[in-house]
Amino acid sequence: MSQATAAVQTDTHAEHHEELSFLYKYILPVDHKIIGMQYIFTGMIMAIIGGYFAYAFRMQLAFPGELVPLYGLVGPGEYNMLVTNHGTIMIFWVAMPVLIAGFGNFLIPLMIGCDDMVFPRLNRLSYQIFLVSTLVLITSFFVAGGGFGGAWTSYPPLSSVAEYSLTDWGASLWILAVALEFVSFLLGGINFITTTMNARAPGMKWMDIPIAVWFIVVAVILFMASVGPLVAGAVMLFMDQRLGTTFFLPSGGGDPLLWQHLFWFFGHPEVYVVLLPTMGIVADIISVFSRKKLFGYRTILYTAFATGGLSFIVWAHHQFIAGIDPRVANVFVVTTVLISIPLAEMMFSYIATLYGGSIEFKTPMLWALSFLASFLIGGVTGIYLGASALDIYFHDSYFVLAHFHYTFFPITIIGMFAALTYWFPKMFGRMMNETLGKIHFWGTFVPFNCIFLPLFLLGLAGQNRRVYNFQNYPDLAKQELQDIRIFATVSLIVLLLFQFVFIYNFFVSMFKGEKAPNNPWNANTLEWSTSSPPPHGNFKILPTVYRSAYEYSVPGREKDYWPQNEPPE
Amino acid sequence: MIEYFVHRASSFAGDIDNLFLVITLIIGFWFFLTFGALVYLIIRFRRKEGVKAQYIAGEKHSETKWTHYPHYAVIAMDVVIIAINIMVWVDIKQTLPPRDNLVRIIGQQWSWSFIHAGPDGELDTQDDVATVNDLHVQTDKTYHFELQSRDVLHNFSVPAFRLRQDAVPGRTISGWFKPTKTGTYDLQCAEMCGYGHGIMGAAITVHSEESYNTTMAQIQNGTYESHFQKRKGTKTKFPSNTSKVDDEDSFAVLLASVF
Repeated sequence: MSQATAAVQTDTHAEHHEELSFLYKYILPVDHKIIGMQYIFTGMIMAIIGGYFAYAFRMQLAFPGELVPLYGLVGPGEYNMLVTNHGTIMIFWVAMPVLIAGFGNFLIPLMIGCDDMVFPRLNRLSYQIFLVSTLVLITSFFVAGGGFGGAWTSYPPLSSVAEYSLTDWGASLWILAVALEFVSFLLGGINFITTTMNARAPGMKWMDIPIAVWFIVVAVILFMASVGPLVAGAVMLFMDQRLGTTFFLPSGGGDPLLWQHLFWFFGHPEVYVVLLPTMGIVADIISVFSRKKLFGYRTILYTAFATGGLSFIVWAHHQFIAGIDPRVANVFVVTTVLISIPLAEMMFSYIATLYGGSIEFKTPMLWALSFLASFLIGGVTGIYLGASALDIYFHDSYFVLAHFHYTFFPITIIGMFAALTYWFPKMFGRMMNETLGKIHFWGTFVPFNCIFLPLFLLGLAGQNRRVYNFQNYPDLAKQELQDIRIFATVSLIVLLLFQFVFIYNFFVSMFKGEKAPNNPWNANTLEWSTSSPPPHGNFKILPTVYRSAYEYSVPGREKDYWPQNEPPE
Repeated sequence: MIEYFVHRASSFAGDIDNLFLVITLIIGFWFFLTFGALVYLIIRFRRKEGVKAQYIAGEKHSETKWTHYPHYAVIAMDVVIIAINIMVWVDIKQTLPPRDNLVRIIGQQWSWSFIHAGPDGELDTQDDVATVNDLHVQTDKTYHFELQSRDVLHNFSVPAFRLRQDAVPGRTISGWFKPTKTGTYDLQCAEMCGYGHGIMGAAITVHSEESYNTTMAQIQNGTYESHFQKRKGTKTKFPSNTSKVDDEDSFAVLLASVF
């Protein structure tokens, strides 16, 4: 498209974005930025609830049977409810809304240079359904019998029969909330894919799209392709619970393993659904703060496709010893270990990006680098668990728990802080305090390792997950193991306390921080070419793109960055 | 490494520990290499005044070899891991060596029932010995087990044996183990099974032949004080009003009346 036509379009489009009343601007918005922030704020509130749950059950493990300050007594039923909903909240109500829906909404139109999502009202509906699902989940904690306590994987028959789970309505509302949430993200996902395919700024070719956008789109495609079986499974589970069908009950001809296949067919791609957005965000941040072109843009992109494709054929590694035919396991060992190939290549490319750079340790960069370091531990320990024979020992032990927290904590929490600190100036037009940001970083990263590294040892000692009190088992009640539990719990409390630094920094900077320039990090991507915060409609003149997103430190140029929309001389 | 934490009490425990060691060596090498490269690059290329970053696209062969060559090595090591793993897996889960004895293990909310086959080595005969939360086996005998569940999923987990297997209602899952070291070990439920999941433990006692015969005789004439009974009077804190045992069809109650 020529520049002239672009300019003509811009004029007509500017007229559409007049000032809106408070209600339509913030409560019922169609603006993708506000919707994105609604997702992010909802996710952050849920993260506080999830962290509080973690605090309560970690206290019970460290000091079994004692009253937990700010919670009360954690009995076996409460313990099950706390671990179940901690997992559910952190994956479905923090990682998904913040990383995909939140930053996806906020970033995609800004980074591809268009004025809004192509289906703005669908976007609003998506958030509203998500909000309903959140309320349903929170309601489920308070119904008679308490919240659902059958683990976040909710294996039937425990989850499908009220006499077994003892949480009649808790279980039903839980599965209802999860199903509603998926409906919401399906609506959002259609929007993300369509927008990226059709609404890119003139001149932006597929290979000019920033990795952050690419990876969100790949994640959304993975999500949409995998979620169908789970929604079907959720409906079947709900019918088992409320209508007395027996899809998962052997006594009625059903099969409990069916649910596991449906769940993990979704559940394993889901890992990459939340991983890829963070990987993309980290790629952009690393590139900006090391002033380097991304090492092997195409390689990184293709490894993401390969990872996504492989993730559909590895699901049964969660079921090696679940009663499936042992011969099947051999196939899934091969596919599972194969996933290390694209992911190792991706990791190597990220690390190679640092070579020859000029690395500046701003807070977002610290988060991004710490993501690489900690995700590396999560990745390599996954090899142990992909090996079926070792899974005989490690299945559902604390080794698994430590492993996936070393993937999910970096993905969700570190990724969220990296993205928030990086795009904060663009979101609110003000800078965050660097000193407080660094205090918060070290106060989170060090205790995080102090929590989960010792848990690997507990896993080696044969400690199983989801047990509310290890004093019942003579081999696990030893004092030295109890000391490890206490150490992990104390580290968690330190970590949680340091989050107050972030909350303070976040809100004070939002209103009182130093005014942010349009492009505080000297970055190339399009969102930095508009004002901070961007107006409704994003750009005064819709940008035209001339080059890829990662032209940093190009030889022969005085400036070490070259914005995508800057016309060539 | 696992044996520093847990006893090694079955014939295949050593295989699993060795597999763990092999994988630790391989991925340990990769971890320290990658982590070292990361830390080195972060320190080496930190921002210095007047030093401009290099322009490397990472598309030329001379550049991509730095990520591709390690990558080929990763593939080679993957093949090693897969091969060793499948050997161990086939031994433990896919083949059933000839049995010396047989035991049926039944999980239910929230206890384990064990039916020992008795001297004739067959189940469902007169000489079966049934116990609750207390499994007795002989050292150096190959045991087959039939794992069943009466309600929800459970998992028969004996860390000292490096053994774990889900119990699925409606199915009988067979497997085997061969205890090698006498002693009493923890047996846990390792699959979330509801309110009492955290107390669904049992003891597995590996006997020498002599002590096994004495114990079995004691159980049959009712003089044996089981692990379950010993625990009853001890300090385990568990709210008493939460038992959902249904007296009519509870297998545990039925079994208890056998004594």
